[in-house]
Amino acid sequence: MATVETRAIKKYYGDVAAVNGVDLIIKEGEFLVLLGPSGCGKTTLLRMIAGLETPSAGELLISGEVVNDLPPRARKIAMVFQSYALYPHLTVFKNIAFPLKAHGLEKAAIREKVEWAASLFGIGHLLHRKPRQLSGGERQRVALARALVREPAAFLLDEPLSNLDAQLRASARDELQQFQRRIGTTTIYVTHDQVEAMGLGDRIAVMRAGLVRQIGTPQEIYREPADTFVARFVGSPPMNLLKRQDYILGFRPEHFLPKGTQNGRVKVVTFPFRVTRVEYLGADRLLYGTLEGAFTDQKVIARLPSTVTASIETGTGYEFTVEEPELKFFDPSTELRIATRPL
Amino acid sequence: MDAPAKITSATSNLGRARPRAAFILDSERWLGPLLIGPAILYIVLLVAAPFFMALYYSLSNTTTGGGTLGFVGLRNFINVVGTPKFQTALKNTIVFAFLSQAVILVLSNALALALQKDFRGKGLIRFLILLPWVAPISVGTIAWLWIFDSTYSVLNWMLRMAGLIEGQGFMWLGVPHLAMGSVIAVHVWRQLPLATVILLAGLSSIPNDIHDAAAVDGAGFWRHYFQITLPLILPISLVAVLFGLVFTFTDMIIIYNLTRGGPYDTTQVLASLAFYTGIAGGDLAEGAAIALFLFPLLLAAALAFLRIARRAEVT
Repeated sequence: MATVETRAIKKYYGDVAAVNGVDLIIKEGEFLVLLGPSGCGKTTLLRMIAGLETPSAGELLISGEVVNDLPPRARKIAMVFQSYALYPHLTVFKNIAFPLKAHGLEKAAIREKVEWAASLFGIGHLLHRKPRQLSGGERQRVALARALVREPAAFLLDEPLSNLDAQLRASARDELQQFQRRIGTTTIYVTHDQVEAMGLGDRIAVMRAGLVRQIGTPQEIYREPADTFVARFVGSPPMNLLKRQDYILGFRPEHFLPKGTQNGRVKVVTFPFRVTRVEYLGADRLLYGTLEGAFTDQKVIARLPSTVTASIETGTGYEFTVEEPELKFFDPSTELRIATRPL
Repeated sequence: MDAPAKITSATSNLGRARPRAAFILDSERWLGPLLIGPAILYIVLLVAAPFFMALYYSLSNTTTGGGTLGFVGLRNFINVVGTPKFQTALKNTIVFAFLSQAVILVLSNALALALQKDFRGKGLIRFLILLPWVAPISVGTIAWLWIFDSTYSVLNWMLRMAGLIEGQGFMWLGVPHLAMGSVIAVHVWRQLPLATVILLAGLSSIPNDIHDAAAVDGAGFWRHYFQITLPLILPISLVAVLFGLVFTFTDMIIIYNLTRGGPYDTTQVLASLAFYTGIAGGDLAEGAAIALFLFPLLLAAALAFLRIARRAEVT
């Protein structure tokens, strides 16, 4: 187990900054998710931690020791790749045994550890197969077993679930988290999928254009976004953002409800809302439309849980309300969060 | 009501406007044979016909001058195999082929690994390494003839300047073992580019993630190379070796230009011996027998290699 720390770490490719000064401290045993759209620098950051890319500037520390100049094999980290990167010419057994052999373990010890790792992931019966004879889910387990088998100081995972189908991904997510809790190894997980990030991370670092825009627990990221990018990137549908002259007003679709559906204990703000389209999703209804009055023609989305049974017709205007604490304010030039103000 | 009717008539017009013959290239039944036809014609005329002619010559008593084409069975083969000249040439062929392929295999692996890395001037280096392959082979070997010249050898000059030898220096093409070494060196120089390019193709087909995984898993250079990279490019390496072996067994240009098989037949290989016996010596039948002697062996080797390559295929 170990801490991982980056200090003002940067990576340039020519003039392009893939990572432009990131400071992170990942605590012992923590599950940190790097979340961001493609090209935001999250994978580059992970590869620098692994030692597969050399930082252009800044320091990288593992367990308090600067490792900038250490090759990957000296960093005691294990990595799971998006493609799993199993060695196609080796059996599952030899795949899992490879890191142990590379670290000079005895044959008997290798066999014992491989069998232990394989049993953890329920792949003991596959040890004599080649990777091409495995299904996607089995390959992913082999990749995890290979990463885990030498008990690394930190786990690095680069979108390990993105090649699985939706159903398998949900169960793999659950297993992955339980497994991480049990072994308690510091884990850094890269994904562009916000659902995965919210579900897995102790903390999430949201990245954009080579910078960390916000780092916090899933609740903090969702409820108190630090800027409009985080507000829109996390949450589906994204936060409604309404532009005014001197501020941007934001609220979540699920807090935008027909008047009278809120419990009335908190002060609410009322918006006249004309519905243009209704999407029925089973558990929810999504209402698309435009505001009237002070925010004329601004497009917003409302998300009504199935418990709100009020009948809504397209083309009709309604009074919708948002509880005051759910209104978030942002600066229109910096897009950063600012203090609550009167409307 | 009117519009749909118009559309149907327009489409049926389209169908009628072009004759059936215009679609002949769209039909797989015609396009395939049409495309492969020239290749088959070429192989039949320039490869198969001479091959079967040689096959018949080797069983006949034909010569360059006379018109006789009498069938003599395996007599040519029996006559040829007994001669010391043939046995030397056979031994030389094997030494020449296997030594040069071994050197090429090691060097092309090293070169391909180096060329796969990114560095400044990589394009220029790649071009220079490919040059021996694209340059006409006779031009190249004539340059080597000068390099190995008994009086003006630039190699001897360099060794003298470096203080490694004194006096006249080596007779590169005049001493049996040196001559074979020189011929092998030129052959390696000539074949290295192709082998390197084949291996480069093999190397670039390995996903980068595999290399990254090996690095993270703790493999150093040698382990990485021998346990990951080499097994993954093994099938394509076998193809490169097979190409090289067949090419070496059947080629004589370098030997013809450098040593003419000398000194004392110590660099004579089967291909050159076949030429000297059949064309220069006029005994077409024996020449054909010498040339065809290795054919069954090469065929077997080719089949074996391709089998292994298929079995070692990994993806």
